[in-house]
Amino acid sequence: MSEDSKQAEAVEEKPYKPTSPSTKLNFDGFWDYDDAPQSADHVEYKDQYELFIGGEFVAPEKDRYFDSLNPATEEKLTSFGEATQQDIDKAVKSARKAFDKSWSTLEPKERGKYIFRLARLIQERAREFAVLESMDGGKPIRESRDVDVPLAAAHFFYYAGWADKLDYAFPGKKAKPLGVAGQIIPWNFPLLMLAWKIAPALATGNTVVLKPAETTSLTALKFAELCQDAGLPDGVVNIVTGAGQTGSAIVNHDDIDKIAFTGSTEVGKIIKKSLAGTDKRYTLELGGKGPNIIFEDAPLDQAVEGIVNAIFFNQGHVCCAGSRLFVQEGIADTVVQKLRDRMETLIVGDPLDKNTDIGAINSEQQYNKINEYLEIGVNEGAEMYQSSCKIPETGYFCRPTLFTNVGQSNRIVQEEIFGPVLTVQTFRTAEEGIEKANNTPYGLAGGVWTDKGSKIFKTGSEIRNGVVWSNTYNKFDPTSPFGGYKESGEGREGGLQGLYPYVNLQ
Amino acid sequence: MSALTKNNFILKISEITKTVPIDEVGVEERVARLNSRSIKKESKVQALKLALSMIDLTTLEGMDTPGKVIQLCQKAKEPHAALPDLPTVAAVCVYPNMVPVAKKALRGTNINVASVATAFPSGMSTLDAKLEETQQVVEDGADEVDMVISRGEFLKGNYSYVYDEIVAVKEACGDAHLKVILETGELQTYENVRKASDLAMHAGADFIKTSTGKVKPAATQPVTLVMLEAIRDYFYDTGRMVGMKPAGGIRKAKQAIQYLVLVKETLGTDWLTPEYFRFGASSLTNDLLMQIVKQQTGVYQGVEYFSND
Repeated sequence: MSEDSKQAEAVEEKPYKPTSPSTKLNFDGFWDYDDAPQSADHVEYKDQYELFIGGEFVAPEKDRYFDSLNPATEEKLTSFGEATQQDIDKAVKSARKAFDKSWSTLEPKERGKYIFRLARLIQERAREFAVLESMDGGKPIRESRDVDVPLAAAHFFYYAGWADKLDYAFPGKKAKPLGVAGQIIPWNFPLLMLAWKIAPALATGNTVVLKPAETTSLTALKFAELCQDAGLPDGVVNIVTGAGQTGSAIVNHDDIDKIAFTGSTEVGKIIKKSLAGTDKRYTLELGGKGPNIIFEDAPLDQAVEGIVNAIFFNQGHVCCAGSRLFVQEGIADTVVQKLRDRMETLIVGDPLDKNTDIGAINSEQQYNKINEYLEIGVNEGAEMYQSSCKIPETGYFCRPTLFTNVGQSNRIVQEEIFGPVLTVQTFRTAEEGIEKANNTPYGLAGGVWTDKGSKIFKTGSEIRNGVVWSNTYNKFDPTSPFGGYKESGEGREGGLQGLYPYVNLQ
Repeated sequence: MSALTKNNFILKISEITKTVPIDEVGVEERVARLNSRSIKKESKVQALKLALSMIDLTTLEGMDTPGKVIQLCQKAKEPHAALPDLPTVAAVCVYPNMVPVAKKALRGTNINVASVATAFPSGMSTLDAKLEETQQVVEDGADEVDMVISRGEFLKGNYSYVYDEIVAVKEACGDAHLKVILETGELQTYENVRKASDLAMHAGADFIKTSTGKVKPAATQPVTLVMLEAIRDYFYDTGRMVGMKPAGGIRKAKQAIQYLVLVKETLGTDWLTPEYFRFGASSLTNDLLMQIVKQQTGVYQGVEYFSND
């Protein structure tokens, strides 16, 4: 190696620190948008929700309930029944009965009709679901209205179509349902994750016991009402609420044939341990620390928009978030300058306001965790930049945050923060960018930005991620499979591939 | 911004006209996202009045008469007699031979007279003729000159010709402000729009403007966003603020507010003044007035209550 290239390497090892720009845009004061709140008057929800088992709402055996807060106001929204072992037994029994007696023997096209009906009912009540999703989870109404709810409906429509076409999905084979699926979903996309889980399970002839996350169970129970409205046979869908223990009771239940879990890698590992030695099938969709790689020939203004969308979408509570930004060194200052100015225009606040870009952090626990990471970052010597936006005094809100001067070894670069926090690193060659991007136990999603098609294919195929977006980020479609490599999970959801985990092929 | 020196001329032109990659889908998505901003209550009233103050009230017809121009100037001074507190529009924009008429009609006001020049709208004339025309309208009292670029030369790749022409017209303008019309409807791609914007700004444009209004499509929001982003990069590089004028096709108050959102969130609030942002429109005025009346009274007034000029 020549002397020059050694020197170049030495320079390269220094973490990237942006130079201060001489020109800055001013976004202050003049012409602020007035509040534009989405009305929540028409939306009804009960003070207390019971469990949905066998087609009706039943009180939990131990009669224990827990509160669910609106994270934007810290006020109690409603309360949910806590399902314990006996309730899970009941739910599984009802699911088994429904599987044996009605669902698995039903004409596939009749199954499809029910699923189509659910899809249409979600569409019809889209606004109601969107408002509830924002109240319960803290996400901006713009996202629940334009992303979560329409996509949830799209998933049901898509899998409804497969119900009577399984012979074409698996040519030459007979696809048999597994039986009862136990499904555990996270708090970041409550209704959408429910759709990802329930739609393929029902389409393939399985019945389900689903547990929504304890902080965001409301839309799942509203969905239970839709199941009643749709006339879905009793017990095909059962929804049990509760925290970790409830989930554990589902995972360890003897009469469940398949576990579908979306959540943290930590819990995923526990589930995998408990499933070892059993004949339960499983899919795990776990954490991520997505690399978003910007080459110097990228369309920069659109890339900046993509960076914002990758990390600040849903307050950064996204397993496939682009939380590690890799910028080619020649454009790093430009990109960071643009990014900082762009971050100034993000509106943080009331999730129900139509102009809100970033809503409330989902729970106090998550809020504390994010703040802990901010502290860790600063203690690790990283430079923190936060937008100067106003944030409400009550509720869990976090400013969009950027860390520069970070190294690959820093915890904020290695660990999933699950909040609006982005780290910025630079790279010189594509190889270096790819190496850094892959140097993580995760492998869920990533982004590549360049004007050059060949670079998209080269980088895209060499970064080990289940999903790679090029010149865009966080695009979802029911026809496209989704899932991770390494510690980001096993199995795929969505698309034709999303049918496999729910069938036995004979 | 002075003209470039001869020594580094070739290098500079190629630098200025370097293709800046632009992702069409990304631009359109960004516009759609900004269009979802919900502007209500006081912020809406403020936006409507701001938009009114940014209008270049325009008449560019072959059959324009002094009488028509004089009436337009009346409208510029007092957009709606029933609402005396409204701001005036920014400028009245006319053909060269109407400049003296407009100048006289607007005497004693802060309203500028803008004139199109350089063989508007096609630009198909000799440089000498264009310069002479520019000098003439400035002599006649135009405060602002709206020139067109030579699209033929631009599309041919003869960037130095386009650059030189703008520099020369800018010089001929003297103190008058120069708006450079790119005629984006003829430029085919966003990359070309960006390139023409860069060229015009570096050549000394005070404003860059989308369209003549004679070619379709005229101003669109994605094109405007691309130009605003060019202005932003130019500002980052040089510290100089260049103005923006979308022209043609903007008829409704709602559209105008969407444009203001685009400006606010791309360039910031410093650009939200008639000094740096204009609407080239005439029918927009009445819709703005109608909406302002609606905000004040709660009901829409019939169209016949607003003057057509």
